[in-house]
Amino acid sequence: MDNLELKKIANEVRKGIVTGTHAAKSGHPGGSLSAADIYTYLYFEEMNIDPAKPVDPDRDRFVLSKGHTVPGLYSVMAQRGYFPVSELTTLRHTGARLQGHPSMNYLPGLDMSSGSLGQGISAACGMALGAKIQGKDFRVYTLLGDGECEEGQVWEASMFAGAKKLDNLVVIVDNNNLQIDGEITEVNNPYPLDKKFEAFNFHVICIDGHNFDEIRAAFKEARETKGMPTAIIAKTIKGKDVSFMENQASWHGTAPNDEQYAQAMADLERIGEAL
Amino acid sequence: MSDVKKIATRESYGKALAEFGKDYPNLVVLDADLAGATKTGIFKKAFPDRFYDCGIAESNMMAIAAGLSTTGLIPFASTFAMFAAGRAFEQVRNSIGYPHLNVKIGATHAGISVGEDGASHQCLEDLALMRTIPGMVVMCPADDVEARAAVKAALDYVGPVYIRFGRAAVPVINPEDYEFEIGKGKVLKEGSDVSIIANGICVASSLEAADMLKADGIDAEVINICTIKPLDEELVIASAKKTGKVVTAEEHSIIGGLGGAVAECLSEKNPVPVYRIGVRDRFGESGPAAELIHKYELDAEGIYKQVKAFL
Repeated sequence: MDNLELKKIANEVRKGIVTGTHAAKSGHPGGSLSAADIYTYLYFEEMNIDPAKPVDPDRDRFVLSKGHTVPGLYSVMAQRGYFPVSELTTLRHTGARLQGHPSMNYLPGLDMSSGSLGQGISAACGMALGAKIQGKDFRVYTLLGDGECEEGQVWEASMFAGAKKLDNLVVIVDNNNLQIDGEITEVNNPYPLDKKFEAFNFHVICIDGHNFDEIRAAFKEARETKGMPTAIIAKTIKGKDVSFMENQASWHGTAPNDEQYAQAMADLERIGEAL
Repeated sequence: MSDVKKIATRESYGKALAEFGKDYPNLVVLDADLAGATKTGIFKKAFPDRFYDCGIAESNMMAIAAGLSTTGLIPFASTFAMFAAGRAFEQVRNSIGYPHLNVKIGATHAGISVGEDGASHQCLEDLALMRTIPGMVVMCPADDVEARAAVKAALDYVGPVYIRFGRAAVPVINPEDYEFEIGKGKVLKEGSDVSIIANGICVASSLEAADMLKADGIDAEVINICTIKPLDEELVIASAKKTGKVVTAEEHSIIGGLGGAVAECLSEKNPVPVYRIGVRDRFGESGPAAELIHKYELDAEGIYKQVKAFL
């Protein structure tokens, strides 16, 4: 799939994020939008998955460690055919499969329940180890927030992944530089992220998380890396492609109202048409 | 009971893992730098390729176990009860309990019988904590036979299980042909005046206390409730109906453990006076296990005295 096709899908994924959080009147659009290109690449290009066989034991796994940005995951799953795009408007509604944070028992295709920060990366390590133990060649991907890297468990898991040489594991950090309370450097600076993962025996790749050439090259390099896990530090823009949400910490966990929804969709329509 | 064979249930745990490792190729064991103490080292020796030391990082270990289970393996995650149920509570709740994954938690060194290490390591809250997690099976075996049977039952059960094991050697009270079932209690001695419902190390001492009560003309029924959740409500209610007075005995806080479970059940379904024997809302302390068990009135003499006072 070429970059233009990926960009078009990512644009649709972003529309789904805005649509879902608007319908939910809550949720986390900022970090969902920043990761939309990564979600798109994973689900349309990188991972060995089949929406018709969501629990195939040999499928690649994705664990959304930053579980609050599940509107992005739901949106890409809908685009990929796991469920109808129209279901995105049920996000966070009572009785819906699209829970506020990922719940694997509600929705086939979710590989792990997550949302309590720092735990998803550990579960991903367990899956990667499970593959090694059973001689299976599936790969495991997990997406973390940069603010999430303030959780101690992230580093317990990273130490484990490095020590056990889990080269079938790729940790991606959505480095949008913002968390609820503000800039991550001002809240409790987790930088330098690259040097930290290196110190935990990871192969580290730093990329522009909105550049599909760089995303593609990074995942290829990860697959070719043997004997150690890979960490991809993806520099991104929180709220990407919605003009009034970009780089605003206030859009971490706020849903657009009707007027903002219309404006956000207009932004995304314009960007989509220009592709 | 000095002539009775004594084995610590943590020893039973390690041996059971090694014993069942052959028949259960999907069984893998995790530990957090305590394999010598939790006795998972016995499994490690037998199946080195299926043992993974996670280092001193219990929270991470629990979520790793969760991930492993999603790939079809049956992980037993082991550490001291304090860290399994206490430190890693939220990981157990969110990464194991909420998705109802097939993870088994083998928690050793529970209760004050940890002894000299003192209160920081004497977990008196684990059963209460684990019991609040929906879908979690919670067991506290009384002896070697029951501990091994509980491990086997946990392997055959699909879903999260917490099993509590002790550090100190306890009398073997169950026969080798003992039939164990998750969620089923056992009447070890029939009686008509009072029901003593016990688990863990308090089962053997409750039997002994019942003998002492008998000498005073009190006919106590003794019930072993290994599975605190799901509780054998039918058995608890039937015994309460028969005797009209219930005492619970456990090496745990009187808040939320077996005593809590029995009191909740009876107050809703068959109200009778209930007295909870356990550690009475305080921390433990350092000392030899036997001395602490005596001091906290969890030995036969202590149980006898408290039952008498209750009646």
